[in-house]
Amino acid sequence: MTKADIVNQVYEKVGFSKRESAEVVDLVFEIIKETLERSENVKISGFGSFIVREKRARRGRNPQTGEEIQITPRRVLTFRPSTVLRKAMNSSP
Amino acid sequence: MTKSELIEKLAQRANGINLKVAEVVVNTVFQSMKDALVRGDRIEIRGFGSIKVKHYASYMGRNPKTGETIKVPPKKLPFFKVGKELKQRVDLKPSERGERKP
Repeated sequence: MTKADIVNQVYEKVGFSKRESAEVVDLVFEIIKETLERSENVKISGFGSFIVREKRARRGRNPQTGEEIQITPRRVLTFRPSTVLRKAMNSSP
Repeated sequence: MTKSELIEKLAQRANGINLKVAEVVVNTVFQSMKDALVRGDRIEIRGFGSIKVKHYASYMGRNPKTGETIKVPPKKLPFFKVGKELKQRVDLKPSERGERKP
């Protein structure tokens, strides 16, 4: 499934034109991205949470050369599925 | 940010969309993504990320409290991989690097 399929669903449900549907779906994802960019988590009930985690600097190793390197502190994005989603995915085998 | 806050923001920023319509839009977006995952489909949103369904086989596990052996049934779980653009946007800005306490 790609964004085009989501746009189609919105087009069928809401009564916007294709173009308006595409714009509004883009805006939904843009708002989510801007929120995550501010390090604020996004929690969609019934679906899951997008969580920004702070990673501290740590020592790592280049697996190819074995050379020790410093891994810089960073922020990463993780997703935690909601219980509702997990149950829905496992109810029909 | 919760789903209702996302709905409010969308209604504020999209032209000519009231709260009710914004709610239908946001619910439709996530319902269609959920339907895809239930079908076992992979989702790919450019600039955002992708979610794929991983299948786990059944295995013998143990209840850590009682030590009892139990059969863990097979399961499917969604795995999110952040897209390149969003990964960069979420990560520390160059000015923040090294200035943060470890």
